[in-house]
Amino acid sequence: VPPEVVRGKRAALFFAAVAIVLGLPLWWKTTETYRAPLPYSQISGLNALQLRLMVPVTVVFTRDSVPLDDQEKLPFTVVHEREIPLKYKMKIKCRFQKAYRRALDHEEEALSLGSVQEAETMLAEPQEQSEGSLTVYVISEHSPLLPQDMMSYIGPKRTAVMRGIMHREAFNIIGRRIIQVAQAMSLTEDVLAAALADHLPEDKWSSDKRRPLKSSLGYEITFSLLNPDPKSHDVHWDIEGAVQRYVQPFLNALSAAGNFSVDSQILYYAMLGVNPRFDPASSSYYLASHSLPHVINPVESRLGSSAASLYPVLNFLLYVPELAHSPLYIQDKDGAPVATNAFHSPRWGGIMVYNVDPKAYNASKLPVRVEVDMVRVMEVFLAQLRLLFGIAQPQLPPKCLFSGPKSEGLMTWELDRLLWARSVENLATATTTLTSLAQLLGKISNIVIKDDVASEVYRAVAAVQKAAEELASGHLASAFVASQEAVTSSERAFFDPSLLHLLYFPDDQKFAIYIPLFLPMAVPILLSLVKIFLETRKSWKKPEKID
Amino acid sequence: MAAAVRLALIVLLLLGPGGWGHAEPSRDSLREELVITPLPSGDVAATFQFRTRWDSELHREEVSHYRLFPKALGQLISKYSLQELHLSFTQGFWRTRYWGPPFLQAPSGAELWVWFQDTVTDVDKSWKELSNVLSGIFCASLNFIDSTNTVIPTASFKPLGLANGTDHYFLRYAVLPREVVCTENLTPWKKLLPCSSKAGLSVLLKADRLFHTSYHSQAVHIRPVCRNARCTSISWELRQTLSVVFDAFVTGQGKKDWSLFRMFSRTLTEPCPLAAESRVYVDITSSKQDNETLEVNPPPLTTYQDVILGTQKTYAVYDLLDTAVINNSRNLNLQLKWKRPPENGYIHYQPAQDRLQPHLLEMLIQLPANSVTKVSIQFERALLKWTEYTPDPNHGFYVSPSVLSALVPSIVASKPVDWEESPLFNTLFPGSDSSSYFVRLYTEPLLVNLPTPDFSMPYNVICLTCTVVAVCYGSFYNLLTRTFHIEEPSKGGLAKRLANLIRRARGIPPL
Repeated sequence: VPPEVVRGKRAALFFAAVAIVLGLPLWWKTTETYRAPLPYSQISGLNALQLRLMVPVTVVFTRDSVPLDDQEKLPFTVVHEREIPLKYKMKIKCRFQKAYRRALDHEEEALSLGSVQEAETMLAEPQEQSEGSLTVYVISEHSPLLPQDMMSYIGPKRTAVMRGIMHREAFNIIGRRIIQVAQAMSLTEDVLAAALADHLPEDKWSSDKRRPLKSSLGYEITFSLLNPDPKSHDVHWDIEGAVQRYVQPFLNALSAAGNFSVDSQILYYAMLGVNPRFDPASSSYYLASHSLPHVINPVESRLGSSAASLYPVLNFLLYVPELAHSPLYIQDKDGAPVATNAFHSPRWGGIMVYNVDPKAYNASKLPVRVEVDMVRVMEVFLAQLRLLFGIAQPQLPPKCLFSGPKSEGLMTWELDRLLWARSVENLATATTTLTSLAQLLGKISNIVIKDDVASEVYRAVAAVQKAAEELASGHLASAFVASQEAVTSSERAFFDPSLLHLLYFPDDQKFAIYIPLFLPMAVPILLSLVKIFLETRKSWKKPEKID
Repeated sequence: MAAAVRLALIVLLLLGPGGWGHAEPSRDSLREELVITPLPSGDVAATFQFRTRWDSELHREEVSHYRLFPKALGQLISKYSLQELHLSFTQGFWRTRYWGPPFLQAPSGAELWVWFQDTVTDVDKSWKELSNVLSGIFCASLNFIDSTNTVIPTASFKPLGLANGTDHYFLRYAVLPREVVCTENLTPWKKLLPCSSKAGLSVLLKADRLFHTSYHSQAVHIRPVCRNARCTSISWELRQTLSVVFDAFVTGQGKKDWSLFRMFSRTLTEPCPLAAESRVYVDITSSKQDNETLEVNPPPLTTYQDVILGTQKTYAVYDLLDTAVINNSRNLNLQLKWKRPPENGYIHYQPAQDRLQPHLLEMLIQLPANSVTKVSIQFERALLKWTEYTPDPNHGFYVSPSVLSALVPSIVASKPVDWEESPLFNTLFPGSDSSSYFVRLYTEPLLVNLPTPDFSMPYNVICLTCTVVAVCYGSFYNLLTRTFHIEEPSKGGLAKRLANLIRRARGIPPL
């Protein structure tokens, strides 16, 4: 074989080698989309996460609440665990950890006072209880602290008082009652189901349960006075004073659940979307309950979105009907007028119709000056605010005395209940977001994953795990903070604009671009490779023939 | 019962003179105004101004309560610590030569300039966020404002309102000339008005008329002003302005008369009950000069005279809060008529519709002798759909020739002729009388050359570079892998045999 031919063959082989060893990887590397590694297995693990919601309950026994030999056994701890049956992929378990102990001296002293309120103020002083924990004081069976027919009392702070029993099975009986009270004060199936309403199958909870507002870092509350007829009504409302007196204390109590901002506006010539019907019997106008859903839309275009923040807005509208349509009443499903003359729309806000006293029109020329009675209005709006946040009335155990809420309109354990629900909701939202992000990124290989997106995903996963741990160890406040961080990080990763950069770069275009380069380069290499291959095979076969 | 007693008390108080409402000073007030100016060119300019004054220290109050001042803008002032904000959207261009100086100046497109308070630390960040929020509020592309089109003027654009310091570091200015102003910008602007578009002057703001004009400019100005004469405290002033120029001459078929109904297709029916002042001014300056050539209907109760923009002007004033103005006829339709009809002429203009109908402009004009008349038409560039682009080698777009039909007076009076008798070449166009003859002239067609984008260019470039690379590579590859050796002339092919035959015939030794 002449050396020139061998050289050519070697050159061809070398070309092929360079193209495959150097060219292909170089091309691959330079045209690759950058995808930072993500914790896929951890994310899929989140779905099977078991949420253990631990409620630490301190049970304090006074001197003659239980038989003496039982008192000898104190202190000890009992754990009551129960799975909450929801059609949700996460298993949620509720765990009441009851730490039984004897009453300290000052507690004995406080509980021997005349009334339960006095005892409460005295007990509350020394130490502040942490969020999510409860204290149940068990007093003697015949203590005059509670009224005769009442078995237990639930206070505005995180305390409850309960009658003891002189019985052989005292701890068991009391333990069951404590669970009842503790459930009313902390976690029930209803609360969690409402919190997870978005993640549960539609049929069960959507129709009969009011959906509470979605969890968010903050909320904007806007009070709007709608005056569709400024020619007849010159409406004044003291909203500054009302906000300061009624709304702000409530929001201060609720401040652990998010940031709140309040503002108000007056909108003129803002009409409802429905023409009220005339009722000749009472010579008044009414809005039937089936037409209420159509009321909001036309008004909403005037309300204006909040320009200054991205938080969800809660609207409270006070509607003073025009002279031609007053008085105006809202009817319920049975056709009876609603006592408050108001209705609310879940996740949106509430509307109240405020009728001008007909006597005001007598002998006075238009416009009539109308001073709005803010107490009446704020009562309705605050009740609606509670409903919108999903703070429902608790289901009380039988024979239970219930202290009214404090002046700010919110009990401390109600706030805890809200935080439990919100933490669970946040965890569910964050897991869903992370799972769908992981699915999406796995499915579409064109998406660029930058390092900061990846770090947000890692942070979100860590926050979910931390929140779950904190929930399991009963630290509600830090669990809530971690769950908020999980939601924020996961959504920031999910909505990162850099994910969209190369999304619409289909494969056929990619090939159309590379073929003019690859085809002319690949054909000679392949042909010479085939030729070399055939020649070597021939040269291998030759010696066999000689043999 | 207590409530009933209190209401009865209020009723009693309202019966008294003045009433309760006037005793307590209102925290904000609204003034609205419309100025109608007939322009020298025959067009009519209408300038609306709505001014909301808000006596409030926005920066100190945490909870903000809004009455007449729109909440959306109030929140902006407090969140971004604005000192002043001036935003205008303009479609068209104010032709000072024909229309005279404008009350409110604005560049074509969108203009935004903002003074921030000196407490703002990161002005650029606030500016960016503010322009994004404003683009949301006004449905405009203000989000395209970035560092490439933002400038910090140092000499111009001083604050228009109260200002302590004028450190230009806190000023930002940007113009987006490409911004197209349309209904979607007007609707949010109208929503900021306390009476929306339900009562008062804002009733006239009907979008399909306002954008059927030669000039449309709407603006929002926010600035701090003195609350009282001694300036002990400040108030916020929001001015919403809107100026339009109606092409009354062309749409009115050559007449300069106008009325509110013809311009806005609405009339004024009731004043805005929230406004402290609501007035219409009509410029009637020329009536004094040209000896009562115009007539305003209904006749004004008062007039107002002042030197405006350097010239003495007279305005007819209509106060809508004055019950006599509206109550007579339940609505107010201002009309202006010119007593002496303007020159005898006729203009018919039919605007084009894209892909349906061409423009048609017909004018009947009397030309003086030895004069030059120029008719010029401006047309805007329209965008073609991508399938409508012609192939690369094309002439362009033809605009059909214009036609001039004229009766030209003849120098020699011709005799009346009998149609059937005279030669055919003379009788196609009938002459109206013997003193003139008919001429129809056509101008050249116009060829407009539109630049055509090369849609396939990127792919062509890719193909070309790839081919060049492939060719270079191919020859290189051939050189390196082929073996070149001299082939032994064993028998030779057909060509060689032929050559040898010829060589033999010539007597030369074969190859």
